[in-house]
Amino acid sequence: MAEIQEMKAICSQVRRDIVRMVHRVQSGHPGGSLGAVEYFVALYFEIMKYDAKNFSMEGKNEDLFFLSNGHISPVWYSTLSFAGFFEREELNTFRILNSRLQGHPATEEGLPGIRVASGSLGQGMSVAIGAAMAKKLDGDDRIVYTLHGDGEMQEGQIWEAAMAAAFHKVDNLISTIDCNNRQIDGDVDETMNIDSLEDKFKSFNWDVMHMDGANIENVVATLKEAKSKSGQGKPIVILMKTEMGQGVDFMMGSHKWHGIPPNDEQLANALGQLEETYQDY
Amino acid sequence: MAYFENQGNKDTRSGFGDGLSELGEKNKNVVALCADLTGSLKMNDFADRWPERFIQCGIAEANMMGVAAGLAIGGKIPFTGTFANFSTGRVYDQIRQSIAYSDKNVKICASHAGLTLGEDGATHQILEDIGMMQMLPNMTVICPADYNQTKAATLAIAEMDGPVYLRFGRPKVPNFTPANAEFKIGKADVLKEGKDLSIIATGHLVWKSLEAAAELEKIGIDAEVINIHTIKPLDEEAILKSVRKTGACVVAEEHQIIGGLGSRVAQVLASNAPSPIEFVGVKDVFGESGTPEQLLVKYGLSNEHIVEAAQKVISKRHPA
Repeated sequence: MAEIQEMKAICSQVRRDIVRMVHRVQSGHPGGSLGAVEYFVALYFEIMKYDAKNFSMEGKNEDLFFLSNGHISPVWYSTLSFAGFFEREELNTFRILNSRLQGHPATEEGLPGIRVASGSLGQGMSVAIGAAMAKKLDGDDRIVYTLHGDGEMQEGQIWEAAMAAAFHKVDNLISTIDCNNRQIDGDVDETMNIDSLEDKFKSFNWDVMHMDGANIENVVATLKEAKSKSGQGKPIVILMKTEMGQGVDFMMGSHKWHGIPPNDEQLANALGQLEETYQDY
Repeated sequence: MAYFENQGNKDTRSGFGDGLSELGEKNKNVVALCADLTGSLKMNDFADRWPERFIQCGIAEANMMGVAAGLAIGGKIPFTGTFANFSTGRVYDQIRQSIAYSDKNVKICASHAGLTLGEDGATHQILEDIGMMQMLPNMTVICPADYNQTKAATLAIAEMDGPVYLRFGRPKVPNFTPANAEFKIGKADVLKEGKDLSIIATGHLVWKSLEAAAELEKIGIDAEVINIHTIKPLDEEAILKSVRKTGACVVAEEHQIIGGLGSRVAQVLASNAPSPIEFVGVKDVFGESGTPEQLLVKYGLSNEHIVEAAQKVISKRHPA
């Protein structure tokens, strides 16, 4: 369990990792990654129980996490490296040939911490439901967490999964939607409006909560509250308000940094805004 | 005529249902998922006896494939059941990413494949599924010939680790392979030895090929008949051994000739033992409503068509 100050320090370093990773290979998705940092750090350093050193696919008696919007792999890889799933220096191999750190998360190369491939959107909630049902069959009371993009809510499979999770009372599932209102072609509400997610999930019979994704105290408190609500017959969804590009001023306020890397000058600018709290990898 | 005795007509989907019930008894990790077709897939017995291990997914196949992948992560052995069309084309990307690429131990069990679905027509008569599934790395593709073999295959795939596509059908057809025979994944069965040509068949067309071989015998042609119940991994050795002996082959399948077993056999032969081949299958068209037998005749998949193809391929091997 980490103190809030320590988690804030990790967040700053994870942000440095993200911009450095995508800069190095001049590809990847910095915007959404930066916006979800507090969620990942809270999840891996305060909320979930797991064994990073002895990663197992089944994860019996451990909490599980599934990233459904796989393109924000940089924030996940950085967090996993901090959490001890693999060495920090392996972040150097992000998106290069023969790496375990694929552009989108994958199991094929055997990277500890990853249980299913993601990238093609809309699939993670279904997989998480299956994993949560397996836990129930085994009498394992740990929780399954998922993260999704808000643009991803446009995928039909999400609503098949939402229907099934409530119908089968999968109440050991806590899904979070990263609501930054950005997608590749522009703002979500102008590209294909998905509002109101609150009304939609409520009508699908989920327990709906809200949190401020930029505020680590609020993220920790909300996830803990969600955990306390598990096991009560309903799946739980948290609508997490975020800002794409959070922490790097010129990457905020637009959808443009969804999937482009910073150049050398922009990297220096970004790193100037992010304190090196732990060593750069 | 018969090289094999028909023990009575039975549907291959019942072989799946009975195999699944046997698995329910003996393997607590086996779970079954269905998308509103429990009766059609013959999964009722499993659903009644092990309700806690049966997951009704409703008419939402994409989610079903993902849930199956998640159950496999948790150490379960999920068997999904729906029509072949909804088991493949409808959910290709879910299978590709969450099951095949992620190498999950999911058994995709698909009934009502091919033309012999009959009267429901082309919307449901998938003829491209073998192609789609065999193109996926990590995927095993199995298409048994009759009830007994479908049951044996259902039991066998629970024992192997990895994604499997198991294809079977709707109509009652001759049940002729021995009951309780061991199903060896990836091992072709030579059902009848012969010297003049090889008939390489899968699924419902295996029995048709045996009938065709009997007809051919009457006109002095000695055909070898091979049952390819496992399309991937393909028993290339058995195919090459047979065709090296006979010098020609006919491939018979209830599937498009583009991308199915025939395409794979042609690839194997072209690389190792170029030989004349004729293809009995659907020739790049969609099906239509009709009885299974009418459709097999109209689309060129009857035993007469296999006989014609055999004569033609022999004439190609020995040009006049």
